[in-house]
Amino acid sequence: MIQPEVKQRLIQIVGSENFEDSKTERLVYSYDATPNFQAMPDAVVKPRNTGEVSEIMKICSEYAIPIVPRGSGTNLCAGTCPKEGGLVLLFTHMREILEIDEDNLTMTVQPGVITQDLIQKAEEKGFFYPPDPSSMKISTIGGNINENSGGLRGLKYGVTRDYVLGLEAVLANGDIIRTGGKLAKDVAGYDLTRLLVGSEGTLAIITEATLKLIPMPETKKTILALYHDMEAAARSVSKIISAKIIPATLEFLDRPTLKVVEDFAQIGLPTDVEAVLLIEQDGPKEVVERDILNIAKICEEEMAISVQVAQTEAEAEALRTARRAALSALARLSPTTILEDATVPRSEIANMVKAINEIALKHNVTICTFGHAGDGNLHPTCTTDARNKDEMERVEKAFEDIFIKAIELGGTITGEHGVGIMKAPYLELKLKSEGIAAMQAIKSGLDPNNILNPGKMFAKDNRKRVVVAK
Amino acid sequence: MTTVKEQQEIQNHFKERMNEDELLNCMRCGFCLPSCPTYIESGYKESHSPRGRIALMKAVADGIIEPDEDVERTLDLCLGCRACEPVCPSGVNYGHLLEEARDIINQNKRHSLPVRALRKTVFEGLFPHQNRMRMAVGLLGFYQRTGLQALTQKTGLMNLFPAHLATMEKVLPKAPSLKEMKSRPTELKATTEVKKRVAFFSGCLMDTMFLDTNNATLKLLQMAGCEIAIPEEQACCGALHGHSGEKDTAKKMAKRNIEAFEDLGADYIITNAGGCGAFLIDYDHLLKDDDQWRERARQFTAKIKDVTEILVEMDFHVQIPLSMQNVTVTYQDSCHLRNVMKTSSAPRLLLQSITGAHYQEMQKADSCCGSAGIYNIIESEMSMKILDSKMEHTKNTNAAIVVTANPGCLLQMKLGIEKEGLSDRMKAVHIADLLYEAATSQIS
Repeated sequence: MIQPEVKQRLIQIVGSENFEDSKTERLVYSYDATPNFQAMPDAVVKPRNTGEVSEIMKICSEYAIPIVPRGSGTNLCAGTCPKEGGLVLLFTHMREILEIDEDNLTMTVQPGVITQDLIQKAEEKGFFYPPDPSSMKISTIGGNINENSGGLRGLKYGVTRDYVLGLEAVLANGDIIRTGGKLAKDVAGYDLTRLLVGSEGTLAIITEATLKLIPMPETKKTILALYHDMEAAARSVSKIISAKIIPATLEFLDRPTLKVVEDFAQIGLPTDVEAVLLIEQDGPKEVVERDILNIAKICEEEMAISVQVAQTEAEAEALRTARRAALSALARLSPTTILEDATVPRSEIANMVKAINEIALKHNVTICTFGHAGDGNLHPTCTTDARNKDEMERVEKAFEDIFIKAIELGGTITGEHGVGIMKAPYLELKLKSEGIAAMQAIKSGLDPNNILNPGKMFAKDNRKRVVVAK
Repeated sequence: MTTVKEQQEIQNHFKERMNEDELLNCMRCGFCLPSCPTYIESGYKESHSPRGRIALMKAVADGIIEPDEDVERTLDLCLGCRACEPVCPSGVNYGHLLEEARDIINQNKRHSLPVRALRKTVFEGLFPHQNRMRMAVGLLGFYQRTGLQALTQKTGLMNLFPAHLATMEKVLPKAPSLKEMKSRPTELKATTEVKKRVAFFSGCLMDTMFLDTNNATLKLLQMAGCEIAIPEEQACCGALHGHSGEKDTAKKMAKRNIEAFEDLGADYIITNAGGCGAFLIDYDHLLKDDDQWRERARQFTAKIKDVTEILVEMDFHVQIPLSMQNVTVTYQDSCHLRNVMKTSSAPRLLLQSITGAHYQEMQKADSCCGSAGIYNIIESEMSMKILDSKMEHTKNTNAAIVVTANPGCLLQMKLGIEKEGLSDRMKAVHIADLLYEAATSQIS
């Protein structure tokens, strides 16, 4: 419950039309795209500018009220689930593209801008903003920055972190800071920009971002390679990389994922093969032609049944769109779909795929796998039913095994989805207690009252639980 | 107002009747949000999005929240356009969830006396009875022809009504005479070699207020080579009832229609109103729990086809020369035709086949115009916001003719044109009327 005087003060800042605390309005911000997590906030606030965010922050500090920044609620780690109540902060009034600086190749945006709108605006001017999370049609750039989102183009172009040059952010005490700038080089002090990117709303509220744009690649080619054997597909991935080719996109989908994606998209994807690789290369025409030829050769050597080149951009876009729908399409198979994004060094991808299959067998659970094979970031997804307690226990054990295996192969527990509530119990597996202590020191330094998205990142206890947390 | 007791009843029925698997099938990815007109127009409020509404339905079923006024409000404000369904990778049948939820709320809610009386008159007294529909539209004709309309408009009587209602009154088509509405054919021969036998679903409003469009539709089918059966016993499709929480009446209408159409030996049952077609094609879901009717409903729905689909299938646009005087046309999808009947390319292909017509695709043609049955009357504020956005896109096409495939959309687009003061250079027409005009025009 928000105290009446706090409510009054918040309304004074944002206006009554931008403050909601009805049950309905709280319920619809009690969840994000992560299955099995739900908690009601006490109120929902929609600030109109950075000044208002700062004022809200001061009140939250004074009364120790948790505050959860939320874009479109598409994250997959329960990062915006208001676990400890408090305020959900929405950026629906802060969705302007403030500037495209064609001389410095930068774009300055407010956090509520939809990722795809931003990409389109950049492309209209001949620029390229590569990070393309699958939810980009609705995800906000603020959410992308807080989660350090990846996407299909991460392999060659990197992730959100690699495109954030500067930030404006509001600290827990209400101070407004600016980090970085339109600069290629800047070593003035700690790199707070990089620290805030991926901080999941636990260190500051991001209110503006300056992003790096790059020139649009001249051409692009897309191919689809089909396999009768999953591991052959995974081997092709490693071989392509070790042949010193870095494709723009190198995606992997297994048979069950293909089937549901085709059910949804109906674009004629093959459903009688064990795996496919969706591969794209962009750049100057000669380079693209040469790379695609070499990639096709490698795939064929690794026993690909067929290698098809997309004939038109529309066809290529249909393939990409279909791939982006993979996770949600898997929901067709069962009431609950739980996905992970354990990531390994790309040379280990074949080993990881093999291990996931063995783990699924061992625990008698169904795991479908798709993901960004080229950068070692897989999305093993368990199709299950949250109402089946026994199966959920087995799912939990399977994921634990997957995490352990990923770490063993030199990988991590999450490549691009973030820790949030979901993976907090496993963070120590990756960081060890010393690593967690270092992070906690940063957290308590910047947010001494623990009001910024509390309950995320750091687990209260180390009972290892991702899916049967409650 | 819903009382506490009513809320408890509603909650219990949510627990019993809402399809839990379907609710769970929504995995909350949010891919539906950009497709939802009310989400966009409400300033991106999650409570007015499909994901939010499903979460609310589930929360009521799970007992996390009560079905209070706010919950009811978000469900009321849904257009039911179902644009969220084709974009949902998980394949959630949102329309079915919404219909069930509305029915539960409506059946357990004691409406105020005037509302009850109005609902009874409209849902039970008027729409199910085609003769009364004729009378009502006949009265409209009387009003229009006798100069009464001119008088009310002159005296400013309509100014007493909300602005959009007054404008709507102006754009209503000229009602046919009672005699025209009564003397309807029941069997028509093809005007060329017979290739198919079809049955025609006349529709309650289409066969009265939009009689000309029905006549044009029948002529097009005849020209394409269809012999047509038009069973007299058919009734209103029940969509209005189904969408307004009057499922039982909807089921009655469904059974009557299935019976009327089942022994005609027709290959297809043709409709020319997306809203009706989408409801007809869903009869198998509506009657899924009825052992006696399930199979009959399935056979009925398998035959439902929009007129544009069958025309394309029968190569009408290749066989019959279509031409118009140099004009730009654009097409506004009927949501239910597109999202439920999955018909979107056939009407476009037909329009593109007209010589002299320059087809210009409208941006966001696949997004609702805000008509949504009687939504534009009861939720006028949101409806007009949606219409305003729609008119911006319409204007950008520079089209002189906006083509629609459903009576509600047609009236709404006419309303938009009137509101924007564009009636001197733009008109809205039903696709059947336009095609008939193009097929019989003498321009070559």
